[in-house]
Amino acid sequence: MKLLADMRQNNTLDLQAVLDHLPYTRFMGIRVEQRGTEITTIMPFDDKLVGNTNLPAIHGGAIGSFLEITAVIQLLAETSIERFPKTVDISVDYLRSGKPVDTYGTAIVTRLGRRVANVRCELWQEERLKPIAASHGQFLL
Amino acid sequence: MFDGTPHELPPYAQAIGMEIVDVEGRVCLLKLAYRDDLVGDPDTGVLHGGVITASLDNASGWAVRCHEDWHDGESMATLDIRIDYMKPAVPHQEILIEAQCYKITKYIAFVRGIAFQSSKNDPVATSVAAFMIGTPNAQGANL
Repeated sequence: MKLLADMRQNNTLDLQAVLDHLPYTRFMGIRVEQRGTEITTIMPFDDKLVGNTNLPAIHGGAIGSFLEITAVIQLLAETSIERFPKTVDISVDYLRSGKPVDTYGTAIVTRLGRRVANVRCELWQEERLKPIAASHGQFLL
Repeated sequence: MFDGTPHELPPYAQAIGMEIVDVEGRVCLLKLAYRDDLVGDPDTGVLHGGVITASLDNASGWAVRCHEDWHDGESMATLDIRIDYMKPAVPHQEILIEAQCYKITKYIAFVRGIAFQSSKNDPVATSVAAFMIGTPNAQGANL
C-alpha cells in the first residue's frame, strides 16, 4: 500500500492515518490510541453495528471484523512491512453479548515469522477483565 | 425465491448491504454488492477482509433461522466462527455467500459457509460456526 510505504520511508507511521485511509475502517469509525508500545483500538458504538435489536447487541460480524482490524494494526506497529498483512484464517470466540457502548481491542503477536504471523486479540467494553470476544489468527506478511 | 420467515436482516447486515437471494431447505444464499466504502485497500479496490467475515457470520446466523427445527421467536448468538481466506474478492463484483445449518441440537446449531464470486469451486473464503440457541433476549437487557 502506497500510504504505508511512504510512511515507512519517512519513518512516520501514523496508525490513525492508516485507519482513516481505508474506506471500510472509516465506515466502521475505528480509532486507535497508542501509548508507547501499547495499542488500544476503539470501535465507537453506532446504531448500524447492531445485530440484535431487542437487547440490543452488537452484530457478531462487526465484532469479528473489528478483531481482524485490531490484529492488523498491531502487526503494522510491530513490523516494518509495507504491504498490508492478509488474513489467512481467523478463529473468533464470542464470550459475552456486545452492549451498545464503545468496544476496545488489544492484540498480541504470539509469533512473528518471516512469512506468517500469529496474532491473538481480545475485545472488552466496560470492564477490561470481562472480555466480550477473543480471536487468534494467521496473517500473511 | 425466498418465501421463508419474513424477518429483515439485522441492522449491521443491512448497513453493509447484504440481501437474501434464496433459501432452499437448510441452505440459504445471500449476496453482498460491491461498494466503495467497504474497500480495505484503496490501491487495489479489494473489499476489506472484515466485510467477508461479517457477511459469513451473518449468512450463517440466517441459515440457523432457516433450519426446519428453528422456532420463531427463539433467540441465538454466535458462539464461535472460524474463517479461512482463500483469495481476495475481485473488485466491482458482488459476493455470494452460501450457508448451511447442517445440525441443530437443543442448544447449539452448527453451520458452514462459503463466500464466492464466479464459482463455488473457487471460494473467496469459507467458514465453520457454532451458534447458541435460547440466549437471553429480554427487551433492553443490554441497556
